[in-house]
Amino acid sequence: MNLFLNQLINGLHVGSIYALIALGYTMVYGIVKLINFAHGDILMIGAYTAVVTLVSLNWSAPAALLAAILACVLFGVLIERVAYKPLRKSPRISSLITAIGVSMLLQNTALLIFGAQSRPFPTVLHVAPLRFLGLQVSFITVLTVLVSAALMIILQVFVKASKAGKAMRAASEDYNTAQLMGINVNTTITLTFAIGCALAGIGAYLYVMAYPAVSPTMGSLPGLKAFIAAVLGGIGVIPGAMLGGFVMGIAESLTKAYISTTMSDAVVYGILILVLLVKPTGLIGSLSREKV
Amino acid sequence: MLKVHEINLFYGAIHTLRDISFEVRPGEIVSLIGANGAGKSSILNAISGIVPIATGDILFEDKSIKKLPAFRLVGMGLAQVPEGRRVFARMSVLENLEMGAFTRQDRARVQEDLERVFTHFPRLKERRRQHAGTLSGGEQQMLAMGRALMSRPKLLMMDEPSMGLAPLLVQEIFDIIRQVNQDGTTVLLVEQNAQMALSLAHRAYVLETGRIIKTGGGQELLKDEDVRRAYLGG
Repeated sequence: MNLFLNQLINGLHVGSIYALIALGYTMVYGIVKLINFAHGDILMIGAYTAVVTLVSLNWSAPAALLAAILACVLFGVLIERVAYKPLRKSPRISSLITAIGVSMLLQNTALLIFGAQSRPFPTVLHVAPLRFLGLQVSFITVLTVLVSAALMIILQVFVKASKAGKAMRAASEDYNTAQLMGINVNTTITLTFAIGCALAGIGAYLYVMAYPAVSPTMGSLPGLKAFIAAVLGGIGVIPGAMLGGFVMGIAESLTKAYISTTMSDAVVYGILILVLLVKPTGLIGSLSREKV
Repeated sequence: MLKVHEINLFYGAIHTLRDISFEVRPGEIVSLIGANGAGKSSILNAISGIVPIATGDILFEDKSIKKLPAFRLVGMGLAQVPEGRRVFARMSVLENLEMGAFTRQDRARVQEDLERVFTHFPRLKERRRQHAGTLSGGEQQMLAMGRALMSRPKLLMMDEPSMGLAPLLVQEIFDIIRQVNQDGTTVLLVEQNAQMALSLAHRAYVLETGRIIKTGGGQELLKDEDVRRAYLGG
């Protein structure tokens, strides 16, 4: 029973990081209908920024977190302006290939600057594990789950209730009509990338606190998993990304505990295939039909 | 209020609008009629800046608006009800109306205008919490109109408001257009339903393959032989 609960908590931990990254995929997809394959590498940029500011520049942990978030936002917005915006009216496959290209560019640039060897991420939190009900839970786990949950709630309220959030939803349905309302679609898209990348920056920091190795290709796997989480939950739907992230994280950690460590990815991808076979729009995604 | 001066527009190699000139004066209802593909919607999209024009100029209250991005125009008092209604299907009716007032800062008067829209369209009030995508075609047309009115426009441009609606609803929509006009909003109407459009209009222009071929008062064109033969079925 304790093993089960511990694994469940581990699953929540990694799942909430997937969810944070998945939000970036799903928000961007929702508004520009593009799978931003460079999103995982934004995570890598955040992680390098954190490790460089912490270790080489000797900044404090909160300052490094802030730097990581800012670097992610800056790169995300820059990538959108330089690589995706010029292609907004091109066929979707062009921007998709561009996204893969941007991902490779970022990974190889990081390789050039930082080398292939991974850098250790220092311990920034020296807090004893929490104990309750006979369980021992690391403080990082508790922090990660709480921070992610808070961010998701804030994001949900922002998108539902704020003016900018409503503009995002309107633009994600129809650019032209959104413009007729006076919404500056370009600004709205920039804002969407900025928010998605800020979440990736926080996700990056939480990720390297749990898995303290920073390398040029470190973003690929969590990026892929988060992308799958977004699809699993229903791409374009914000609560879907959260649900998908948690389902993936828990499935992964339970498989590791009860079936086999090497099988965990296979099980996770298997779940994705099953869900998509039964419900191609994802767990809580839906098709919008146009009425004429 | 609105002056369109010799505009030309191309979609790829196709010359969609040829030297189109017309004007809308304050307080008028002006109709553009013509067959499918005559370029009626292109004119509205050119005015609202969604498609760029090749040559010519568009003046709104004596200011050229041809180089302004589409999202700037609504703040100047130019609103468009797009063809096919284009309501935001996954947003509620109320949110759709709020989007119409997106650029406005005067909250109290926005609230007044919301009440006014609900008086014009009581059905929207009943359904304000529903997703716009669940409304019927007629209700969506009302929502699209209400949404445009929420910007408190000086000039309301409407693209095929009768499209796909039952005759009774068409009558209702046109009655509301007349009311809105009497309340002081200038209207530019693009319609295939020439009978309705001409009987409502103070003045009208007839479009054929990207050219204006005839102009006159609404009643006058209703009696015109050519117009009757081509657009009114005899």
